[in-house]
Amino acid sequence: MMEFWTRLLNVVLAIAIGCGGVIGLFYLANLAINALPKPWNQRLLPWVYISPALLLLSAYLILPTVQTFYLSFLDGRSQNFVGLKNYIFAFTDRAMLIAFKNNLLWLVLVTGISVSLGLIIAVLVDKVRYEPIIKSLIFLPMAISFVGASVIWKFMYAYKPAGDDQIGVLNALLVNFGFEPVGWVVEQSVNNFALIAIMIWLYTGFAMVILSSAVKGIPEEVIEAARIDGANSWQIFWRITIPMIRSTILVVSTTIIILVLKVFDIVFVMTGGNYGTEVIASRMIKEMFNYRNFGRGSAIAIVLLILIIPVMISNIRRFRTQEKLR
Amino acid sequence: MAQQKQTQFWQKTPIHISLLAIAFIWTLPSAGLLISSFRRRDAMLATGWWTIFQHPFELTQYHIGNYVDVLQSEGMGQAFFNSLTIAIPATVIPIAIACFAAYAFAWMEFPGRQFLFIVVVCLLVVPLQTTLIPILRAYRDLGLSNSFLGVWLAHAGYGLPLGIYLLRNYIGELPRDLIEAAAVDGASHLKIFTKLIVPLSMPAIASFAVFQFLWVWNDLLIALVYLGTTNDVAPVTIQLSNLVGSRGQDWHLLTAGAFISMIVPLGVFFSLQRYFVRGILAGSVKS
Repeated sequence: MMEFWTRLLNVVLAIAIGCGGVIGLFYLANLAINALPKPWNQRLLPWVYISPALLLLSAYLILPTVQTFYLSFLDGRSQNFVGLKNYIFAFTDRAMLIAFKNNLLWLVLVTGISVSLGLIIAVLVDKVRYEPIIKSLIFLPMAISFVGASVIWKFMYAYKPAGDDQIGVLNALLVNFGFEPVGWVVEQSVNNFALIAIMIWLYTGFAMVILSSAVKGIPEEVIEAARIDGANSWQIFWRITIPMIRSTILVVSTTIIILVLKVFDIVFVMTGGNYGTEVIASRMIKEMFNYRNFGRGSAIAIVLLILIIPVMISNIRRFRTQEKLR
Repeated sequence: MAQQKQTQFWQKTPIHISLLAIAFIWTLPSAGLLISSFRRRDAMLATGWWTIFQHPFELTQYHIGNYVDVLQSEGMGQAFFNSLTIAIPATVIPIAIACFAAYAFAWMEFPGRQFLFIVVVCLLVVPLQTTLIPILRAYRDLGLSNSFLGVWLAHAGYGLPLGIYLLRNYIGELPRDLIEAAAVDGASHLKIFTKLIVPLSMPAIASFAVFQFLWVWNDLLIALVYLGTTNDVAPVTIQLSNLVGSRGQDWHLLTAGAFISMIVPLGVFFSLQRYFVRGILAGSVKS
């Protein structure tokens, strides 16, 4: 029992130090700036406000990315310059090609299915009164970690040899309908889809919530007018709903694309990248930790970054137009 | 009138059926996990969790022993404390820093303001994988690896772009008159910030807080890389993934462990869901 209280005390102390530290920092900075003469402090104050942010951003995002770019041209132990060798590896190695192929599958299926399913649910849920309950249930997996979700789905996919009582829901269903049980996670023909299903389960709710608010934003009169002109629900969906929320669909899709490109936890916990399920991000962690090859790891990370650059550009464009409207 | 309502209900039957079916499928995995975590080891390995519905009120088939085991002997208890120690400061620190920065970006004049903000917008999408190796090395040199401070700062750094972006959008929409009036009355920037901006921005701050907290609590990658897997620092996600590796067939421990790892984020999620949704929408629908 004593041990429990010391632990709790440690937790509270650590939290107090961490949170108090940051407040104290701003307090001290403000004191220091107030001690300066007037014209000086007005000019310096903005920098006091943003410099902690700029410091952290440069230390954790900007400088390391630049350095990773540099490391990607060095060998495994970051000593000798090897030119493009790591990149040639990244685009020709057999395991990497499998990772690219799988990642493409992830991108297409996760984005396609979670966005279109999210859209369908968003449109349907708009028409019933128990909307909040349904939405919460579908949105709920958003709060679950990839690791937690992996345990949940490992259990869904649990496999026992034919003849035994199945303890996984999916195999129990299969056996019930007279099929052979499937080793969902190890069978190469299905395991990638099995892992992809987990992420679809996690993010359909996210897509649904955003799309649903966009659907609600469509003016009632437009739909009324279409209905008077004789359009049925199907035509309204294709000719009015989808065109009017096009930009939201794009935003949701790009957000999910970014998430998919970075995904590594699901693969790491479910298969460890074995049985042909590797993706780019999990491959990078493997090069880094298992093989200690920092050059290759860096090159793979830069490939990941390059894949995301188009999204970055569209982000800036969107921001610029938004600023003009302000 | 009642008649009309009834026919309307029946016309919508296909919609009701499909929505209920989807909600059922979406809930099934978590429900299975929750039920399983209360079953005994042998029962769980012999039959599916849905078999309890044959005699749902036979209370002997439930027990909480799995939770006791996983908390005490499998280190999940310590990991739970570690997760709290990591997640709370890693939420508060970026909020404080992002608030100040967002205020400066929205309401203060300084050279390079627009450019710096565009940099932040770019950083929104940088995959954190591209930063792992250099930071890991720097941490080794500075002695920050395996320390809570290192993880707090890392999470703060990775969370900042979203925080600054969301908060600046919100703070920038506050009425200009209000802030100018306060300035005319002689209020300093710090006073305007603490007395006006922070209270008014609570909805946005709360939504970012939920985002950041869920993200930190659920993170595996950063903890794995910067913190390592020793018991006294590893959070629940690491402990759980170790459990999957070492006790892969012990479903009674895995399900209880997974539920322990989920309980705090689920609580936060449900109590602050409104803010969370608003935060998501602020970042994405505006276009």
